[in-house]
Amino acid sequence: MASFLDRLFGKSTSSAESAKERLHLVLVHDRTDLSPEDLKSLKDRLIQVISEYVEINAADTEIQIQVEGREQTLIANIPLQSPRLRRR
Amino acid sequence: MNGRVVTITSGKGGVGKTTTTANLGLALASLGQNVVCIDTDIGLRNLDVVMGLENRIVYDLVDAIEGRCRLTQAMIRDRRYANLHLIPAAQTRDKTAIAPSDMVRLCNELRPEVDWIIIDSPAGIERGFRNALAPADEVLVVTNPEVSSVRDADRIIGLVEADEKAPAKLIINRINPGMVKRGDMLSASDVVDLLAIPLIGIVPEDESVLVSTNHGQPVVLNEKSKAGLAFFNIARRLMGEDVPWIELDEKASLLMRLGKLFSGGS
Repeated sequence: MASFLDRLFGKSTSSAESAKERLHLVLVHDRTDLSPEDLKSLKDRLIQVISEYVEINAADTEIQIQVEGREQTLIANIPLQSPRLRRR
Repeated sequence: MNGRVVTITSGKGGVGKTTTTANLGLALASLGQNVVCIDTDIGLRNLDVVMGLENRIVYDLVDAIEGRCRLTQAMIRDRRYANLHLIPAAQTRDKTAIAPSDMVRLCNELRPEVDWIIIDSPAGIERGFRNALAPADEVLVVTNPEVSSVRDADRIIGLVEADEKAPAKLIINRINPGMVKRGDMLSASDVVDLLAIPLIGIVPEDESVLVSTNHGQPVVLNEKSKAGLAFFNIARRLMGEDVPWIELDEKASLLMRLGKLFSGGS
């Protein structure tokens, strides 16, 4: 009953959806042996290294693992700082 | 004959490996195939009771490997099908009593004599699993639509990949169509999306599995059981037949049939 009311008010996802989402994340990390913390520190170092060459928008930088079947790809989206905001 | 070795594994325990092994063995035998089932769960022997052959054991897998008997002496003939045999696990030893190379040798010896060698793997990813995996031509991973067994299945699939075996195939066991419909159980397609390997069987949750196992009669012998039919269909798919998927949800299947009727499909 609670789940019915929850759904009626758009409060929560079904337990199966929740299982699927959680499993998706767990499997990505199991397969790559990369924890969310590892990914965060990889992102910080990436920002640091790339910044030595080009000015980037660190706040909007994203790094994620994209899953396609059993293939996984590390995707980094690193926006460059727009020219008018450039320091130099 | 050049028997194919099929290993049934899962990572997690209790998902239905032994039940699957017994049922596939019986189903293949009923289709006229020569079959040997091997229990590699040394120390935790179970395939014998599930197949109803526990009273016939004289020699076991370790006896055969260590040369205390001839291989044929360790093969127990099934009560129902003369073309089905079981090599039971040893009960008083552990997984290290045999090595993966022993299993390869044993299976190579069996291959010319049979059509199928079905290996029941123990749970886990250690030595016992390695013993069961080593001789496999084909690996079937059994999972339940539930977070821990799906996660463990993914681990196993990765290890099969790393061993350069052909991609494992998936059996989703104990699916409850009502719970799936209510959104309280992962659906078969959710599990396939997550694990991303080919599906070879979906077996519904079915009380008759326990009831028939109580009698030592694998459920595949029960023509009225949906789980039995599902296991039978897996056996036919193993033999290369293109078997349509059974509709587990009765209402949905009726609607689908009506829909096809109106759209003029078959």
